[in-house]
Amino acid sequence: MGSSTSLVPKSVTAAINAHGFGYFGCPHTFGQVGYRLKRTEQYIRVKPDNSSVVTDGVKHSMNPFCEIAVEEAVKLKEKKLIKEVVAVSCGPQQVQETIRTALAMGADRGIHVEVTGKDYETLGPLQVSKIMAALAKKEEAQLVILGKQAIDDDCNQTGQMTAALLDWPQGTFASELSLEGDKIKVVREIDGGLETIKINTPAVVTADLRLNTPRYATLPNIMKAKKKKIANVKPADLGVDITSRLEVLRVDEPPQRQAGMKVETVDDLVGKLKEAGMV
Amino acid sequence: MFPASRYSSKAHRCIRALKTVQTEHAAPQLYTTLNRRTCSSVSTPRITTHYTIHSREKDPRWEGIEMERFADEADVVIVGGGPAGLSAAIRLKQLANKHEKELRVCLVEKASQIGAHTLSGACLEPTALRELFPDWKERGAPLNTPVTEDVFSILTEKHRIPVPMLPGLPMNNHGNYIVRLGNFVRWLGEQAEELGVELYPGYAAAEVLFHEDGSVKGIATNDVGIAKDGSPKDVFERGMELHAKVTLFGEGCHGHLAKQLYKQFNLRENCEPQTYAIGLKELWTIDEKKWRPGRVEHSVGWPLNRHTYGGSFLYHLNEGEPLVALGFVVGLDYTNPYLSPFREFQRWKHHPFVAPTLEGGNRIAYGARALNEGGLQSIPKLTFPGGLLIGCSPGFMNVPKIKGTHTAMKSGMLAAEAIFPKVTAESLDSETAGLHTPEYAENLKNSWVWKEMYAVRNIRPSFHNYFGLYGGMIYTGIFYWIFRGKEPWTLKHCGLDANQLKPAKDCTPIEYPKPDGKISFDLLSSVALSGTNHEGDQPPHLTLKDDGVPVNRNLAIYDGPEQRFCPAGVYEYVPLETGDGMRLQINAQNCVHCKTCDIKDPSQNINWVVPEGGGGPAYNGM
Repeated sequence: MGSSTSLVPKSVTAAINAHGFGYFGCPHTFGQVGYRLKRTEQYIRVKPDNSSVVTDGVKHSMNPFCEIAVEEAVKLKEKKLIKEVVAVSCGPQQVQETIRTALAMGADRGIHVEVTGKDYETLGPLQVSKIMAALAKKEEAQLVILGKQAIDDDCNQTGQMTAALLDWPQGTFASELSLEGDKIKVVREIDGGLETIKINTPAVVTADLRLNTPRYATLPNIMKAKKKKIANVKPADLGVDITSRLEVLRVDEPPQRQAGMKVETVDDLVGKLKEAGMV
Repeated sequence: MFPASRYSSKAHRCIRALKTVQTEHAAPQLYTTLNRRTCSSVSTPRITTHYTIHSREKDPRWEGIEMERFADEADVVIVGGGPAGLSAAIRLKQLANKHEKELRVCLVEKASQIGAHTLSGACLEPTALRELFPDWKERGAPLNTPVTEDVFSILTEKHRIPVPMLPGLPMNNHGNYIVRLGNFVRWLGEQAEELGVELYPGYAAAEVLFHEDGSVKGIATNDVGIAKDGSPKDVFERGMELHAKVTLFGEGCHGHLAKQLYKQFNLRENCEPQTYAIGLKELWTIDEKKWRPGRVEHSVGWPLNRHTYGGSFLYHLNEGEPLVALGFVVGLDYTNPYLSPFREFQRWKHHPFVAPTLEGGNRIAYGARALNEGGLQSIPKLTFPGGLLIGCSPGFMNVPKIKGTHTAMKSGMLAAEAIFPKVTAESLDSETAGLHTPEYAENLKNSWVWKEMYAVRNIRPSFHNYFGLYGGMIYTGIFYWIFRGKEPWTLKHCGLDANQLKPAKDCTPIEYPKPDGKISFDLLSSVALSGTNHEGDQPPHLTLKDDGVPVNRNLAIYDGPEQRFCPAGVYEYVPLETGDGMRLQINAQNCVHCKTCDIKDPSQNINWVVPEGGGGPAYNGM
């Protein structure tokens, strides 16, 4: 699964769940496992002009699937199967906090790809995948681990696009991951159950919920993480053009749930359906 | 159980007596018809699993678990990232920079980000801020709404009696700013970080640490990864110890560590017990036509009767969009266990003077917090070896003004100024390992904080008279407005709030109107707006000293007042799955950390402890 679409329509309406939970970044882990972190919002409402959601002062934290990806990378390092874990996040100054959390969980160093202002608002999976692909090549990563999707936009595209741009195999929706020599065995969660595949390295893997339980970032580790390095990079330095091909027309809250109705007989039901123009 | 051969006949008799007593307690029988349904014949189900009640030392599930804690040293540790804690931290760093001294200041805060647990009206008096940052405007402090009009009313069910806001009355707000305190606290946090304070939001101080000589050594943050039943999970990690020369406790109203310190150091032996109120608040975006930025409205009276202290506030903010902050305060010395502060708040919004402002508007936030009402009479001893208390924790709120932020900030600043010479001294000249700083209390007594609190000390207690609210207002008019609080006597409070409830059988249930979903709302949708959440798989942090007391006493005598005074629906009495009777269900995940249950539980059986750091409400500019 995971076909990557390279052609996207010029404009699209986005309706997002106003009570959604936001996170930052799907971590990419390079293997030197690198992972990309996304920072997302919590408890949001739509702006009065319906252009987007209010993000001012709203708490942002690491995307839960990204936490799982970070955890998996750190676990691989603890098993001594990989040498170095690099955490990557794209965004404004605040993503440094999210990278620090990843460093506190066990990553070795971080890369902050600076994207601010308008560019950040329109930053989507395609641009992020381009950045990831460029960084993966530059860092000579063996494995890129991301969260399967971000819970603010639910796109589920970045991992797949990154693999396509790099022309690497992908193991998406991973619920189990093991390294076997120079291949990776991935057990994937699919509609029909579980699918086990073996892919060559270097590869891209996206983490699903049951892959692991992320550890807490404890205070002593947060303090130690302050000493770990976070490098600053701009997309232009990587030769990536981050202009968006998408235009958000409108953002609306989900429609209020209408009360249901109880009917006594089947005839009543048919009658009501006819009234509503459905039969 | 006891090897019979080992004991003398006297001991045998004792043992037999004990055994009989035990079986009697297994099935408590209360014989009144009223109580028959509430008492169960089944033994009480286990509710509390927290290690502060059920020690881990003898617990077999904890055998072999590594309990060593990582420790770090700082010069000063501050518990609580509110106005007091942050002002203290900032002042310390300002002094350190001025005198070119190195000073490590660490601040721990249980909220996931600074300001997320802050809730207040609020009308800020900028006196303390001006002392802390004379250039606060240039620094961008979010004081955007100067007060332009001040309106005070006494409400009756359908009408309103205006009360003139004469200058000199405590409620007069000329010169003050309406602020979103959460945003102001966040700004203070940014200033603190710039000065080099180490801020650690998301980490709660769970335990006070002591030196061998009994002085305070520092604090330990909460353990993480304990399951709901109290056993360790795979991700279990011990908290961390932060040691300091002095620890400042700024936990806000009714802090849980402060509660321990009062007992440990006997800090309350010469003061009256603290009395409290609960404040509930909502933020609304309203119709632009109704918006009057800078307008401050306060009311007393309806829907409370004259013997229940409380009132409302409604402030029009000026931050770009038509936003109002409104709320309701109810004194926790109320006597009727059927009273629900939340429902009084919802009911008040329908008053003909209030409802028009809200019509066509949209509610965007909700929250609640207890606040201090004790004033001067309830201030405990403020210092002890190794630490001191700042802010609303000991309680410096000016009750008739309903302002405590400026005094909290000033207390933090005075604390910093008092400890600075001691923590930067070349040699530690101290009897105890933790530094004792009684100078802080001295300086506070000589400051404007004390003068202010002295002047208003009799206003709140003056409500305890036959005429209730009206007696209090007359007293305020005469003794405060005219005589400026110079009367030579100091009135007393009535004792602990928890002891004020009358048994349910002596009180009438209150008929509250159903919420209409447009102006008034139900509890659960309100709680959702507070953004509160906690890791589900952890022991409930609302701990009970005795799991049987809620049903046997609170429900039996007081009809379970906790199901009404909790503004987040944490406490619910539900029927038992098998057999007759009820049990208490604690929905710890809903908790908004208001502390009302710890204060108002008539059995004083509930002990609020801090949950895993980062949990709790997610207030945004409340």
